[in-house]
Amino acid sequence: MEVRKPHIKSIPYEEWNDNSSLEKIVDELHEGGVNVVTGSLDQLINWGRSNSLWSLTFATSCCGIEFMACGCARYDFARFGFEVTRNSPRQADLIMCAGTITHKMAPALKRLYDEMAEPKYVIAVGGCAISGGPFKSSYHVVKGIEEIVPVDVFIPGCPPRPEAIMYGMMQLQRKVKIEKFFGGANHKQTAEEAALGVSNEELTFREKHGDHRRDCAPHSDLQVREPMVITEVPQEFVNEMKAATESQHTVKEEDKA
Amino acid sequence: MKLEFLSFDFDKFASEMQNLKDKKGFDYLVTIVGEDFGSEGNGQTGESGLGCVYILENTKTHERCSVKQMAKKQVCGDGMSSNGSCDLEGQTLAYIPTVSNIWKVADLLEREVYDFYGIVFLGHKDMRRLFLRSDFKGYPFRKDWKFNDEYTLEDDVEPDYGLEYFIDKDGNLQSKQNRLFGSDDYVINIGPQHPATHGVLRLQTVLDGETVKRIYPHLGYIHRAIEKMWEGMTYPQTLALTDRLNYLGAMQHRHALVGVVEEGLGVELTDRIKYIRTIMDELQRLDSHLLYTSCVAQDLGALTGMLYGMRDREHVLNCMEETTGGRLIQNYYRIGGLQDDIDPNFVKNCKDLVNYLRPTIQEYMDIFGDNVITHNRLENCGPMSLEDCINYAVTGPAGRASGWKNDVRKNHPYDMYDKVEWEQCTLTGCDSMDRYLVHINEMYQSLNIIEQLIDNIPEGDFYVKQKPIIKVPEGQWYYSVEGVAGEFGVYLDSRGDKSPYRMKMRPMGLSLVGAFDPMLRGQKIADLIATCAAIDVVIPDIDR
Repeated sequence: MEVRKPHIKSIPYEEWNDNSSLEKIVDELHEGGVNVVTGSLDQLINWGRSNSLWSLTFATSCCGIEFMACGCARYDFARFGFEVTRNSPRQADLIMCAGTITHKMAPALKRLYDEMAEPKYVIAVGGCAISGGPFKSSYHVVKGIEEIVPVDVFIPGCPPRPEAIMYGMMQLQRKVKIEKFFGGANHKQTAEEAALGVSNEELTFREKHGDHRRDCAPHSDLQVREPMVITEVPQEFVNEMKAATESQHTVKEEDKA
Repeated sequence: MKLEFLSFDFDKFASEMQNLKDKKGFDYLVTIVGEDFGSEGNGQTGESGLGCVYILENTKTHERCSVKQMAKKQVCGDGMSSNGSCDLEGQTLAYIPTVSNIWKVADLLEREVYDFYGIVFLGHKDMRRLFLRSDFKGYPFRKDWKFNDEYTLEDDVEPDYGLEYFIDKDGNLQSKQNRLFGSDDYVINIGPQHPATHGVLRLQTVLDGETVKRIYPHLGYIHRAIEKMWEGMTYPQTLALTDRLNYLGAMQHRHALVGVVEEGLGVELTDRIKYIRTIMDELQRLDSHLLYTSCVAQDLGALTGMLYGMRDREHVLNCMEETTGGRLIQNYYRIGGLQDDIDPNFVKNCKDLVNYLRPTIQEYMDIFGDNVITHNRLENCGPMSLEDCINYAVTGPAGRASGWKNDVRKNHPYDMYDKVEWEQCTLTGCDSMDRYLVHINEMYQSLNIIEQLIDNIPEGDFYVKQKPIIKVPEGQWYYSVEGVAGEFGVYLDSRGDKSPYRMKMRPMGLSLVGAFDPMLRGQKIADLIATCAAIDVVIPDIDR
């Protein structure tokens, strides 16, 4: 097993530049009958995450049927761990946006995306979700869901074949596998990214459409609130607490008596 | 069918329509087409350019007729503003008397016309928008509507009342509010993002405990304005969009569209085209019905039943794919014939499919259809009598389960359907169980039709050459086919241009959704899911 730049305080990095020290320790343990695997926690977590990507069932039109076909006998994407679809955004890892998004549906899509827990991903399936597709000239169709939510993977086609959908899902797997689950980025961060703690992709989206986490719904509860900082303790509260502790003391004394 | 319009005096319109139903037996309202006829109506006083075309059928003789009625217009009276929330005072409204008290199906059809054309129907109890958001500005299908595709991510604040318009004793147009909910009503929204509604249908359900009191369907979550887009397209361009309506009935939808254009042009098709179209339609029906049986099973929690159907559906898709190149979106028919000739293996593949599928259909019954749980869930679930089915225009397998012989293939035969032997499947249970069984029986009939035709496909051209620019002569036509879940028709009004003046579809699902309310009143909310599954609605077809 390959170890990528382990950082352990007590052992200087140079000492096991070729992994030999570590491998030696592992071999010794194996010989002693202990099963040991070494690696970074990020790799382990991402291995697990990438192989159990649960999608929100969000099929509005034709592409949804192909998504169903993916899950059934011939294509069977359970092989990749995608087979669990969730009907609640709280339980889903990604939105599989399969189909046209109309103006009436757009607020619903936005809300579902906002309701999902991080880390979350979006896959735009088919021409309609990517750009409006054949309905680009309609008065009631959103010209690509990237106007509303940040998209991770685009799967072109009208509708894309199940093979294409699976290929797109595998691209998302690749993306998940190289993430740093405990923060930081897997690329050289600019000063702005490091300060904000977000990815460059997120920043690009913000440049185009604004901060979707903050600006999304100014009137709804989903808005990120400013933290409340209390600097002064109100006198009433102090008095109440004093009274409470005193009464406790008196009770105890009564008990003793 | 070339349409010859009957027309009535405006004041006698309502009574004449009642006459048509009572005396002449036109008890099935096929569709209402709203249309902006342009300035032709302006000659008479008080007439607007807007109007409606009603297509009717006598279910005994299968005779059809059509009525055209122009709308009158009037400035709204002061009474409008007295109810507080209406800003219609001083606006000019076009109006026509309602027929929703004569044919129940007109309830949703008239709301559709109101939504797109702004024609209000006098006496209709619930004039709200049907497809578009309630804060949508203007009426997009009018010819003078200024294109605007801005949208907002704010939630739509929907009115909790419907407007009823009437003419008061002084001859002024007035309106009043009808509340949709009582003060104690418990209302839940099912959809627009719900796994059991087969897409983005939203059913606002009023409950009393677990019992359904009322259902208000909200549509338009996948309204893509195909009909409006058609008005700016040439005829061959219009074809591409029909496959994306009910994507499980791609062939039939396009069949209706090319059918109406070919009828307008007077194209004579070769026998080869007719044979292949019939076979393809039936393959498509098998595809759809297989998915239907899968979905019913899945919605009732029988996942294995779903996997069986989906497994065999792939075989059907293989058959079509080798010729058309598509799995869902086939793009196969075109005006004057077919896109290409059939694949050399097509005949053999079809025969193999028939041999494979005929014994396999029993498997669905073994695993799901004959299961005692299925019977308990579906029997007496979402009942609707024959009379109501006709009144609510519940066509297709759902209507046939109530004994209504409404199959367009029998009543108005097209292509090879009158030359082959097959039976129209009807049952009399009037409930969800029989709707399921009709679908199963129809699969056998589809296999019969394919079997009779597949060996005898005659030699000939697969395409009758058309002019490079297709212009349909002036006139109005309506052509319908038996879609996978009911009658699917296309109305065409041509003014002799290279693009249609007005084309309108009769979607299969709209009347089915309208029938949910009468079917489910007094039933349990879990039966709503079962009924919804067994009636076979596909939402993009309804919303267009």
